[in-house]
Amino acid sequence: MKIDASKPLEYSTEENSNKIFGFWVFLGAEIPLFATLFTVYFVMVNRFADGPSGPELFEIGPVLAETFLLLTSSFTIGLAVHAMRLGYKKATLVFMGITLLMGLAFIGIEIDEFFTYVHEGATLQTSGFLSSLFVLLGTHGAHVSFGFLWGVAIMIQLWREGISPATANKTFIFSLFWHFLDVVWIFIFSFVYLKGLM
Amino acid sequence: MDLEKFKVHGEPLIYGAMISIALATIGILVGLTYFKKWGYLWREWLTTVDHKRIGVMYIIAALLMLFRGGVDAMMMRLQTAAPEMKFLDAQHYNEVFTTHGLIMILFMAMPFIIGLMNVIIPLQIGARDVAFPRLNAISFWLFFMGAMLLNISFVIGGSPDAGWSAYFPLASLEFSPTVGNNYYSLALQISGIGTLMTGVNFIVTILKMRAPGMTLMKMPMFTWSVLITNIIIVFAFPVLTVALALMMFDRLFGSQFFTMANGGMDMLWANLFWVWGHPEVYIVILPAFGIYSEIIATFSKKNLYGYTSMVFSMVIISLLSFVVWAHHFYTMGQGVMVNSFFSITTMAIAVPTGVKIFNWLFTLRKGRITFTTPMLYTLAFIPIFTIGGVTGVMLAMASADYQYHNTMFLVAHFHYVLIPGAVFAVIAGFHYWFPKVFGFRLNDRIGKHAFWWIAISFNVTFFPMFFLGLMGMTRRTYTYSEESGFGPLNMLSFVGAVGLAIGFVILVYNIYWSTRYAPRDTTGDPWDGRTLEWATHSPIPAYNFAVIPKVESRDPFWESKRKNIPLYEDKITKIHLPNNTGKPFILGVIFFFLGFFLVFSMWIPAIVAGVGIIIMLAVMSFERDHGFYISAEEVAATEKKLRGETV
Amino acid sequence: MNKKGPLYALFLSLVLLLPGCSSLAVLNPKGPAARTLSDTIILSILVMLGVLAVVYILYVFVLVKYRAKKSNEGYIPEHEEGNKVLEAIWIIIPIIIVAFLSVVTVKSTHAVENVAEEYKDQDPLVIYASSSNWKWHFSYPEEGIETVNYVNIPVHRAVEFRLYSFGTITSFWIPQLAGQKYAMSDMLTELNLSADTIGSYMGRNSNFSGKGFAHMEFEALVMSDEEYNDWVKEVKDTAPELTEDEFKTLLAAEHLGRKTYSSTHLTFSPPPGDHSEHMSGGGTETDLDNGNEDHQENKEIHPSPEPSSQTEFDGEPHPELEEPLPSSPVDESTHEGH
Repeated sequence: MKIDASKPLEYSTEENSNKIFGFWVFLGAEIPLFATLFTVYFVMVNRFADGPSGPELFEIGPVLAETFLLLTSSFTIGLAVHAMRLGYKKATLVFMGITLLMGLAFIGIEIDEFFTYVHEGATLQTSGFLSSLFVLLGTHGAHVSFGFLWGVAIMIQLWREGISPATANKTFIFSLFWHFLDVVWIFIFSFVYLKGLM
Repeated sequence: MDLEKFKVHGEPLIYGAMISIALATIGILVGLTYFKKWGYLWREWLTTVDHKRIGVMYIIAALLMLFRGGVDAMMMRLQTAAPEMKFLDAQHYNEVFTTHGLIMILFMAMPFIIGLMNVIIPLQIGARDVAFPRLNAISFWLFFMGAMLLNISFVIGGSPDAGWSAYFPLASLEFSPTVGNNYYSLALQISGIGTLMTGVNFIVTILKMRAPGMTLMKMPMFTWSVLITNIIIVFAFPVLTVALALMMFDRLFGSQFFTMANGGMDMLWANLFWVWGHPEVYIVILPAFGIYSEIIATFSKKNLYGYTSMVFSMVIISLLSFVVWAHHFYTMGQGVMVNSFFSITTMAIAVPTGVKIFNWLFTLRKGRITFTTPMLYTLAFIPIFTIGGVTGVMLAMASADYQYHNTMFLVAHFHYVLIPGAVFAVIAGFHYWFPKVFGFRLNDRIGKHAFWWIAISFNVTFFPMFFLGLMGMTRRTYTYSEESGFGPLNMLSFVGAVGLAIGFVILVYNIYWSTRYAPRDTTGDPWDGRTLEWATHSPIPAYNFAVIPKVESRDPFWESKRKNIPLYEDKITKIHLPNNTGKPFILGVIFFFLGFFLVFSMWIPAIVAGVGIIIMLAVMSFERDHGFYISAEEVAATEKKLRGETV
Repeated sequence: MNKKGPLYALFLSLVLLLPGCSSLAVLNPKGPAARTLSDTIILSILVMLGVLAVVYILYVFVLVKYRAKKSNEGYIPEHEEGNKVLEAIWIIIPIIIVAFLSVVTVKSTHAVENVAEEYKDQDPLVIYASSSNWKWHFSYPEEGIETVNYVNIPVHRAVEFRLYSFGTITSFWIPQLAGQKYAMSDMLTELNLSADTIGSYMGRNSNFSGKGFAHMEFEALVMSDEEYNDWVKEVKDTAPELTEDEFKTLLAAEHLGRKTYSSTHLTFSPPPGDHSEHMSGGGTETDLDNGNEDHQENKEIHPSPEPSSQTEFDGEPHPELEEPLPSSPVDESTHEGH
């Protein structure tokens, strides 16, 4: 393995830099995926049949909490990568831990939100609108949940073998993923919740 | 657990299929045990991460699927050969044409092309492997398991029966209550994820791993076509992923996306399907254009005419492919404005495609054309595909399409596009690159026999369908009356289908014959090739190139042969290669079971399989496999041996 | 050369096999809409034959002239980069052809989507054609009559078919009178046609809709005005009334013969909402769900209606659908039936 010391550790080998580029391409595929889900949602947004509509359903409180958690976690994962570049293993782990905890809290609030909806009689089966809402939010939530498990796996590896080209690479790619989920959430927040509440 | 729903009843045909599947499986198992090949199979193939072997496995799977899809086609032609035939009933005919479409597009044409791309792309760009060899293996096994999942539907539970486009509400639980369309949504999903990963892998490979000196505008045309194809894959397949997921939610969890009540919208499915479906057509056709470009240049001994306009025409086609999808349903009542827009974008595709046709003709001009088997397929492609192209322009005219839509005219058109545009191309590419992989050429004389059978029979099969369409015969109809007058032309079409089958049998025979008797090629360059894949040995050593070549022109190997420019300047050093791993295969198997359990709504096993997948991913994340090195001495020795020198 | 012989023979044999052009229903039109389409098709065939001729001549020429033969042995072709002028020619000429065909397309599409010129001044005869399972219901709201699996129309009269479906997407097609259009469960579509010649024409669903699709045909009978009026009168006098219960049994059936009633189902089972105002606007219903990128503009063209007006055609367009009637065909015959 040739290590190019002039580059940051996560880019230092050819394999590493290919992986980062490949992950960008993968995120390129995630864009049409979420764009399609948004399109489906926009088509369905007024097709609520006998079920509740967006304004009847959405509550601003939990949504603001989710937004705050995810935006802050995007900041802390940035700090984690910064600490990793400086070579501070402990700080990296701490910041990543905070990120994942906030992700976990986000998932918790979202699950609670889903339970509330179902209690109000708004299920996946109720209407086209609710189907598209649950699938859009659910896909994002599933990404966050997967990200949580992935992040835990990376933390264990960081903790065990320290900051190496391999773990630095993984941490960096994970941060890209996490930022991307944050961007998707901003779209969900604006076009699903805010627009629905207006 | 209700065992009834697994069973498919009636029809000697299905019992026959069950028995043949069982016999083939037993035969393979016994054979492997008897010849003690289990270890070989596992070590050399199931666990391989070598792009060449993965490519070969893709192509073998594609050939098997070609056989399956071909049998479907023969059954359809037989059933419609005469009025009121009683060979298949409506339900089975519907299953057969649905699986024919799915298999031929997704499990034959695509994997065949991905197989060729796996074998050739790293060689053409002078690389040692693809960017992510393990991901490549995962891609293959996901594709393969998806294909197997769809194939077992015929004997376990029933095949999808709503057409390959699976329009809702027909494909909904209400109108298709068998598990057939569950198979559809899950089998396609699994193999689709594999394809998406292939897309990511090859974009990185081509953009980041080219030999020094090979700028973008010095890439071989096949590499260009594959790059553009993979970009289309990355942008189109996520739409399919979503569409299939929504279909699965509708069918398994009762959501209301495409239902008839509670705010569902059947037209949404048609749009989502074709937003993916039309680019999909170019995913199989653009690499074919690349293959033809290579073959035409090689066998007319000339560089490709109008290289730059060839590249730009492909880029334009790929962009246009995303804005034409509504031409698949002009008749959905969008009105004049929308239909006119899509008519014009669709017809516009004819312009860059025409540019390619003329550039090929002008490459041939002033060349010295030799008629080898791959070249024959290429040359047959031009006139036949042009018919497909001009009828495509005719279909693109929204008004006229009100009369062609859903008729045999359409069926004739897309076979005139896809068979020369994809099938001929993969067969041509198969003959062309076969000696590179296996070290001997397929026999030219037998190959030409097969070619003439295929080329002529193709026209006999599909040309009558243009007229059948104009007579008012709709597609997907399992029978018709005597009075309709469709009989004679359908009979002619059946005769053609038999001819096609004979052609393919000869083609397969040629593989057998040539394996036994064809002379071995020791040069590595049997066709006097132009691009880098011919600059290494045949069969190809594991490391592809002992020394990474230096590239100065578009036809580097040709230039180096003509002008004595050395391709390899560096010394042989130790070469790093990845280790084999069984994990992609295991992951694929778990995905297969996840899909199967979901098809039958067996939730607990499905959850177990899902957890299994997460565990496998975690195991792969924790693994630190740094591969292995081949020492410089060992490389030098292998090189000598491959050159035929004594060590 | 090598490929031409078989192709030519094939074409000849096809011409011989065809019992004349009259069997090509699409090219044997009996009304203005179908005639416009037939003319468009023939024009496009001629243009395309021209394109084919150019490609084929060039193709045969290069293959004959530049094939490897004894006399050019050892000839090594020169490197040839391409030619800007030539390449411009085969970009510009196709663009001209495509532009020409685009104009033809827009004009002819506009023509067949509207009432034909010569019938513009007439008040069209409105007929609702709806499909269920593998049969067609034709409701004449003005006359107050309904038929199953056959439709009678007067000659030289503008007819406006309003299409919808009680189940799967079907496509309403009478090839000799007009092009086809989909009938769908959540949107009404419209098809204008008229007939110039008295006669019986084959009509059918052309969009695959399941097991009984192959037999989903109906007869379109074009009759003189007097005959038509007599027929309507006779139906009014003799045919039974279509009750809601009777209609439910009709919907449930897989296939039916001909039926005639002296009232329509439209009174108790209204058709889905008419979206025609969106169809003309360019921002259509289907436009909404397509692309990945343009939902924003569409939202503006298509301002979100009040919830109440939405539920009108989304929530409860056809209450009878809540009952599992149209699904019965598949229910009755799952796989075991065979």
